[in-house]
Amino acid sequence: MPPIPGSGLAKGLAVTLRTMTKRTVTAQYPDVQPELPPRTRGVIGLFEENCTVCMLCARECPDWCIYIDSHKETVPPAAPGGRERSRNVLDRFAIDFALCMYCGICIEVCPFDALFWSPEFEYAETDIHELTHERDKLREWMWTVPEPPALDPGAEEPKEIAAARKTADKLRAQEEREAQEAREAQETRETQEAREAAESPEDRSDRAAEQEGQE
Amino acid sequence: MNDVLDVALRLLIVFAVFMVVPLVVGQAEHKVMAHMQGRLGPMYAGGFHGWAQLVADGVKFAQKEDVVPAEADRRIFQMAPAVALLPYLLVIVAIPIGPGEGAVGQVVDAGIFFVLAVMGVGVLGSLMAGWASANKFSLLGGLRTAAQLLAYELPMLLAAASVAMAAGTVSLPGILNAFEWWWLPWQIVGALVFFVAGLAELQRPPFDMPVADSEIIFGAYTEYTGLRFALFLLAEYAGIVVLCGLTTVLFLGGWHGPFGADGLGWVWTLLKTGVLAFVVIWLRVTYPRLREDQLQKLAWTTLIPLALAQIALTGIVKVAIN
Repeated sequence: MPPIPGSGLAKGLAVTLRTMTKRTVTAQYPDVQPELPPRTRGVIGLFEENCTVCMLCARECPDWCIYIDSHKETVPPAAPGGRERSRNVLDRFAIDFALCMYCGICIEVCPFDALFWSPEFEYAETDIHELTHERDKLREWMWTVPEPPALDPGAEEPKEIAAARKTADKLRAQEEREAQEAREAQETRETQEAREAAESPEDRSDRAAEQEGQE
Repeated sequence: MNDVLDVALRLLIVFAVFMVVPLVVGQAEHKVMAHMQGRLGPMYAGGFHGWAQLVADGVKFAQKEDVVPAEADRRIFQMAPAVALLPYLLVIVAIPIGPGEGAVGQVVDAGIFFVLAVMGVGVLGSLMAGWASANKFSLLGGLRTAAQLLAYELPMLLAAASVAMAAGTVSLPGILNAFEWWWLPWQIVGALVFFVAGLAELQRPPFDMPVADSEIIFGAYTEYTGLRFALFLLAEYAGIVVLCGLTTVLFLGGWHGPFGADGLGWVWTLLKTGVLAFVVIWLRVTYPRLREDQLQKLAWTTLIPLALAQIALTGIVKVAIN
């Protein structure tokens, strides 16, 4: 059947009219912040308290955009007579985001959970040199890192939580044991006192008289 | 003295309508076009959904330098925007928006003649601009305008003549007084022809071959800057208002409506005009530009035969009724 003349024109009109009734796709960005998906690769935050200056991130970085300076400090022995320990202290941690290609290898490779993806993306600069961000800035971005997404129902417990629970269980068991011992000690003391109280009152008055006589 | 005041007041109101309604149509075009394309359109100017965007545009145009090319025909070049704009002001004077003397700027006995003749003058502005600019793109635009004017003036006149025949008068209020609801299906073909031909005369998309910006920059308006360019744009939107108003009056029954016949006639007129203006914008967003030969073919092989058929139908029905 040949198409009705003008049906194509009507179809065109229908398309534009339908589009008009739908929501627009325009993002009003500076006024309305975009809704970013979880795991957005915006910027890399540094949790510097966890950093041990192992340098793994700097060495794995394909762009060589991570700069780390550090020095060693000696820590006095924890117990008297012990040995002095040495410890790495972070002096500088900087990422050049002009070089960074957001591969995330540094975050994967960090064994101490010191690097995180943050969804923060508004750190454009007018000079390319200012894109090298130092540790204080990286530490500030840590506050924008969202908490990790919840596990699937029925998923295996994370290792950290399992370890923590083990320690907590051990601690609780020990506390209970101690409490038990304390209770038993208490009970023995109470029976002792009860036995003393059960002795005849004459005995007790005699004993009191003796004491008075002594005075 | 009272007469002078009356005339002055009427002219003032017509002028206010002439300045405000085209801006409303322009803003509606901004927003409707944007949403039909999945955008938002202007959002900042004026605070609320960019309502003051056209005011801001006007301020911008007023600040720009008024350049006249060295080789241009100076006087003609400078007069062209006024020639393009003023006819629409004159047409608005004659369009009745409600029943009675009070709702029309000036009752013209030969209303249809006056309106169509004056509207034809508006296109002369484009011709003058195209010729006087001393620019090959402007000239091409002007020639295309001339070709389009020749092709589309005829079906427009024929369609209007059909209504005049039906009503037995060429006065616009007279036509509306004679209007019956069944004129709507009776004159529908004429209405379509009139509306399409009017669009072509305004050089609105999809009939914007004379200003096709991807081929000849902006046709006859290429050399214009600042306020004079703004006047051409204003003329286009005033033209939309006039075309929609005329279609409403001639074919859609103007102030007649299903209810509220007495006091609210002007609301019906404005409502119908607004809906037609929306259709003008809708067509612009939907259809691509017609090629020059398609444009001519549409006029000469479709619109004119349809208009003639409408006149024949009108005549037959008219004789049958009598």
